[in-house]
Amino acid sequence: MVNLIKEKFSEGDSLLHRLDPRVKIIVALFFSVIVAVTDKYTSLSVALLFAVGAVAVARLETKEIISRLLVVNSFIFLLWLMLPFTFPGKNIYTLGSLNIYQEGIKYALLITIKSNSIILAGIALLSTSSIFNLVHALRHLYLPDKLTQLFFFTYRYTQTIHSEYIRLNNALKIRGFKAQSNFHTYRTYAYLVGMMLVRSYDRSKRVYNAMLCRGFKGKLWTLNHFVFKKSDFVTGMVMISCIIGLVLLP
Amino acid sequence: MKKRKNEDVIKITDLSFAYPSQDYVFKKFHFNFSKGERIGLVGPNGSGKTTLFHLIMGLLHPSEGKIEIFGKERKVENDFVEVREKIGLVFQDPDDQLFSPTVAEDIAFGPLNLRKNHQETKKILKETLEILGLAGFEDRITYNLSYGEKRLVSLATVWAMQPEILLLDEPTIWLDDKTIEKIVQILNSHPHLSYIIISHDKKFLKETTNYVYEMRNGKIKIKKK
Repeated sequence: MVNLIKEKFSEGDSLLHRLDPRVKIIVALFFSVIVAVTDKYTSLSVALLFAVGAVAVARLETKEIISRLLVVNSFIFLLWLMLPFTFPGKNIYTLGSLNIYQEGIKYALLITIKSNSIILAGIALLSTSSIFNLVHALRHLYLPDKLTQLFFFTYRYTQTIHSEYIRLNNALKIRGFKAQSNFHTYRTYAYLVGMMLVRSYDRSKRVYNAMLCRGFKGKLWTLNHFVFKKSDFVTGMVMISCIIGLVLLP
Repeated sequence: MKKRKNEDVIKITDLSFAYPSQDYVFKKFHFNFSKGERIGLVGPNGSGKTTLFHLIMGLLHPSEGKIEIFGKERKVENDFVEVREKIGLVFQDPDDQLFSPTVAEDIAFGPLNLRKNHQETKKILKETLEILGLAGFEDRITYNLSYGEKRLVSLATVWAMQPEILLLDEPTIWLDDKTIEKIVQILNSHPHLSYIIISHDKKFLKETTNYVYEMRNGKIKIKKK
């Protein structure tokens, strides 16, 4: 969470960091859609290779990448607990009273490759831009103002709520609070969550008022404009062609 | 129409205001402010000092009474759009004011809302940072700033809109002497600026204002010259 807020990956000087965010958004979207609808193992394996390659090009910290992948794969792990036993198909092994089905394993494998490819490509392409630049890029791609602002403020207030949480949690700690499994702990956490909601709601109202006082009329104007370079176009086209190539693989 | 030099830019008459299910903060309240004035506002906690600022900016609306600003009555949300472009309110808590990732983006927010073009905005940005002694802060992340720096940057975000009148809500609270001295210098080196300052810091008010008004029980009176 803290790393998301700090936009740890957005600073750097690799090819992907320098690429125009508009190109990155389009490529990431195109890649995700293609990977999501493809069911061919050859295409998906190459897609995963592309995604890993992109992360390598972006020269991001491996440890951090792995910790992010672990979060995603913990959800996928749950699928591995369910799918091989429940997806009807050819029974390949019997474990006590449980049948393991081949189709289930295949399906779980498919989902694993797909999600990891998309996440890796997302990290390589999107987290190498700052949130503000992504918001600007989305506006330049004619996404409606309301949606881009929703995106920006969701990001902004995740951080606010998080700092509100830290503040309240410190207030608990300095008065000797220790989380245990008893009613006192549950009630305290309930108060904490309730207080966080109320406080961040109030805060968001005050920030909105402050924005009104500075002439906000529903549009976020951008300070830095992007310059679309020839190299951006070429890189974008190469990446799109590679993705199309994926589909055409036998 | 005859125009006096010291025309009232803010004129509040017979104003009443209460927060929901609470007692009146103001009842038949009067207040005038002319261009060129530099006044301090003191009074006990809960006497309505911040509420007055919010009423002037149109963030709160009175139940009765009249608010005239720049010679026009201001009633509904739309009336206050012009007010907000010319009067700058700096909030007490800088975390309420700053919302952009970088200092530059946050300071540019106001001028861009005023539809300044990019060259103008960048020029304003540079000048503002220089005036407030924040040169080199452009790319700093707002939430990583120290408290004192945050306060100065919030002042900068309003300053950049080049307001005719500044409303400062407790600008010195929790600041060290050096930063307070900096604010005193900034204000005093712009003698044409008009402002109202809410503060409990008597020394600060003495150095920056001509009059101090005291608010108590929904009334306002001149305390000393």
